Amino acid sequence: MKRLSILAALALSASLAACASQPEPVAPTPEPEPAPVYEPAPEPAGPIPGSEEDFEVNAGDRVFFALDQHTLSSEARATLRRQAAWLSSYPQARILIAGNCDERGTREYNLALGARRANAARDFLVSQGVDPSRISTVSYGKERPTCNRSTQECWATNRNAMTIIQSGAVS
Amino acid sequence: MTVLRYLFTPILALIVMAGSAFAQTPLVVDVTEGTLDPTPIAIPDFIGEDNREAEIGADISRVISNNLDTSGLFAPVDPEAFIEDISDINLRPRFGDWRVINASALLVGEVSIDENDRMLVAFRLWDANTEAQMQGLQFVTSPDNWRRIAHKVSDAVYERLTGETGYFDTRIVYVSEGDGPNGEPIRRLAVMDQDGANPSFLTDRSYMALLPNYSPSAQQITYVSFRDGRATSYLYDLETGRQEALFDSGPSLASEGQSLSARFHPNGRELVVSAERHSGHDLFRFDLRSRTLRQLTTHPADDVEPSYAPDGDQVVFSSSRGGQSQLYVMNADGTDPQRITFGEGRYTTPVWSPRGDLIAFTKQRSGQFMLGVVAADGSGEERILYEGYFVDTPAWSPNGRVLLFTRGDRTREGTTYSIWSIDLAGFNLRRLPTQGEASDPAWSPLID
Repeated sequence: MKRLSILAALALSASLAACASQPEPVAPTPEPEPAPVYEPAPEPAGPIPGSEEDFEVNAGDRVFFALDQHTLSSEARATLRRQAAWLSSYPQARILIAGNCDERGTREYNLALGARRANAARDFLVSQGVDPSRISTVSYGKERPTCNRSTQECWATNRNAMTIIQSGAVS
Repeated sequence: MTVLRYLFTPILALIVMAGSAFAQTPLVVDVTEGTLDPTPIAIPDFIGEDNREAEIGADISRVISNNLDTSGLFAPVDPEAFIEDISDINLRPRFGDWRVINASALLVGEVSIDENDRMLVAFRLWDANTEAQMQGLQFVTSPDNWRRIAHKVSDAVYERLTGETGYFDTRIVYVSEGDGPNGEPIRRLAVMDQDGANPSFLTDRSYMALLPNYSPSAQQITYVSFRDGRATSYLYDLETGRQEALFDSGPSLASEGQSLSARFHPNGRELVVSAERHSGHDLFRFDLRSRTLRQLTTHPADDVEPSYAPDGDQVVFSSSRGGQSQLYVMNADGTDPQRITFGEGRYTTPVWSPRGDLIAFTKQRSGQFMLGVVAADGSGEERILYEGYFVDTPAWSPNGRVLLFTRGDRTREGTTYSIWSIDLAGFNLRRLPTQGEASDPAWSPLID
């Protein structure tokens, strides 16, 4: 569309130049005004409704946990309510909730803790009316960190339950 | 998958040379008091008639020397210092030549290979001070088995001098760690001899493999596999390479969620394992012959990391039932759980010593991790053997004198993992020679 409008403007200025057979040297030549170009209305900014990106941006795809905890904070519950609302708008979508932990715990302990986190998120979504058959869960323990450095910030980021749309998203 | 013929190659051991009477105080190496004063031992190259025999002899001596050195209990004497050149192991050594270079013990040996390519390795262990022979043995096998002979001789020397069973003719299964091209975690099971030789992989990169444990026969391992998308307890037959998911045996056994690391009962026919039921983790006993499962614990808190006592009568596990994770001991049928740790911090990864008296654990407190041991009945004080940035998965040597563990070190790129050994007295901290990052060691029993 951008390309079309430029072509139209060029054609217009060419025809103006052709008409000016006797130029007035005193007055500066006015800049030719581009003719109005009619374009279709731009698409709304942001992701396509019902897409994975829409879920991530507008609902929030993960909730975070305190150190060694699997209870949901009020912020986590707010995110999960948005996830539940989104899921009720797109009833075809099926999700996987992955529980993750920071690296400051032993391996098997973290696999159990990650499962607790995924289950806490699942149970809350179910309490908000999401059909449990649409939800599966997995624990990755500390094996799939989103942040690899050994810092407090990274560890906080890695203590999460991440909701992944497995199928039924709009693409 | 590699078939481990290794396990089944026959090795004949014959006691051929009896010890003679002691003139002085006999040489005894104390394994309990730590390693501040390792016993000097001279190990000349095992002799051979021809080049091939001599080469194998030198290799055997090198492996024995490394084994005894890494135990921390022995200090091999530098061969540069040797005076006497051993030419016949059936002649009495010139003990003065060995005493003068401060060798308390002298190990001499001989390799001979017959026309049928059968190899005979004979050795004599001498007390350089009393001039008494302490041990004399010979082994018959094929020449390509020379490393195992070196380990068997090392075990014989260790056993004769310490009074404890050795642990050199053993293997170690562990997790080789890394990241794939897209940052995905790579966790492969790997196996090697106890000294790092003969490394090979047991699983590929296509799924994560974690937390291996050996069967009492050393022919099977259990581990946690992600090949089905989530943590699932698997049995892996090292002889055939066959794998099976424990909870796949029938609909009644199907776990509702993940299943974690299973450990063998000493009878080799049962396992104890933690699996997810009703959103929490409970302990189950799995019978390998009847394929039946019995639930042992029902507490709503997570019960994980079970480990049998060597008599099979009790199970230690970690549980969050008291709030923070602590260690508990119960009867093998699930009755009478008793808490055995009461210290500050989070206690995890209990493993029962093969000797029965101690339980090794990791503890997390104030941002630090500790490797410790505590009496199995919870009496007395716990003893911390190592403290550092990160500790996980203790594993006992088959004689209960050494612990392996995963150690994590903080670096700029993140935490790097390696396997270390330490003795029960808290001495002789050493890194295991794994290739690349490694974790989750499991030590095989002595191979027959």
